[in-house]
Amino acid sequence: MTITDFDFICQILKARSGLVLTNDKAYLLESRLLPVARKWKLATFDDLVRLIRSKNDEAVIRDVVEAMTTNESFFFRDTKPFDQFKQICLPAMLKSRAGAKSLRIWSAACSSGQEAYSLAMILTEMAPQLAGWRIDIVGTDLSNEILQRAKDGMYSQFEVQRGLPITLLVKYFTQVGDRWKISDKIRQMVQYKEWNLLNDPAPLGKFDIVFCRNVLIYFDQPTKAKVLAGIAKQMPDDGYLFLGGAETVLGISDKFQLLPGQRGIYGLTGGIKPPASLTPPGFATPR
Amino acid sequence: MKSCLVVDDSKVVRMVARKILEGLNFQVVEADNGQTAMDQCVKEMPDAILLDWNMPVMSGIDFLRLLRKADGGQTPIVVFCTTENDIQHIQEAIAAGANEYIMKPFDSEIIESKFSQVGLI
Repeated sequence: MTITDFDFICQILKARSGLVLTNDKAYLLESRLLPVARKWKLATFDDLVRLIRSKNDEAVIRDVVEAMTTNESFFFRDTKPFDQFKQICLPAMLKSRAGAKSLRIWSAACSSGQEAYSLAMILTEMAPQLAGWRIDIVGTDLSNEILQRAKDGMYSQFEVQRGLPITLLVKYFTQVGDRWKISDKIRQMVQYKEWNLLNDPAPLGKFDIVFCRNVLIYFDQPTKAKVLAGIAKQMPDDGYLFLGGAETVLGISDKFQLLPGQRGIYGLTGGIKPPASLTPPGFATPR
Repeated sequence: MKSCLVVDDSKVVRMVARKILEGLNFQVVEADNGQTAMDQCVKEMPDAILLDWNMPVMSGIDFLRLLRKADGGQTPIVVFCTTENDIQHIQEAIAAGANEYIMKPFDSEIIESKFSQVGLI
């Protein structure tokens, strides 16, 4: 791979998806794009670059972007955010939305759907408290191919063993050969939509809770700020934003601030915070 | 340091499991079937048990039923680890008192994820 080829692909990725590829990730280009090259009946990465340069074929470029932006996902990834969702966000929302009985949740860059389905399983386990509620879970991703996998809800034995408690596997999945299919009930709770996070999310509507984890790490500062501003605009004052463990808003956006005492959950700056009775330990009460 | 009893008739599996568990800071004891596992538990109850299903002398499921009836046998957290990967076996294991279930083949990530779910790490 030549430096020019590397830069050429990087420019495409940045423009199409916001993905910023640093030099130390050059190895990823070859390993992930070789299968794309093969799909288009080409032998090497270099041939693939040549094809894009000469034909500028939209379908090929699309495959390249999808291959580079698709990331693995687990059920209940990192555990903690899902505990926080259950113990902090939901109780607060159950109170504040008691009148409207409606809740909208966005799993941004949802990949093969594990995060969205994990949330759907939590909500189903809490069904008695949510009787009469309308809950929308929207999963979006840039990749149409991965969204198809999410919609199918079919997972390998390996995938259902990382993060998913066995009791939930038994309850919400059926075995199909050596694979596991999520139940229709859970599947129907999530709507999937192809969406580029670089676009203004207004058409997606308002969201009370947004999961946007392990996505910002791939973007440069201005792109991070833009994505965060877009999310902020779609959120009510008391909404919650979940970011990945290695992500922060510090020095990037003043739209959000960390919920005191809680790692990974952010609220709108100046927004309404959870009532004192739900205040997690370490939450500083304003005087 | 927590202790984990690894019960499997395959020496290779026990060795792989030992390596992973020691990496997670467990003190590992081995048994090659349900009977030797039971003998070990009578001597000293471990904090965790990683349990194979099909073994000579006494199977994992028979051991588990015996363990849960034994004095102090409610305390260990039992994680099945077996090639039996159908829903009937999983349900039978849960009914017999298993806390988690790993379908072989496994790797360190799966063990770590399952052990952290049940609060062992």
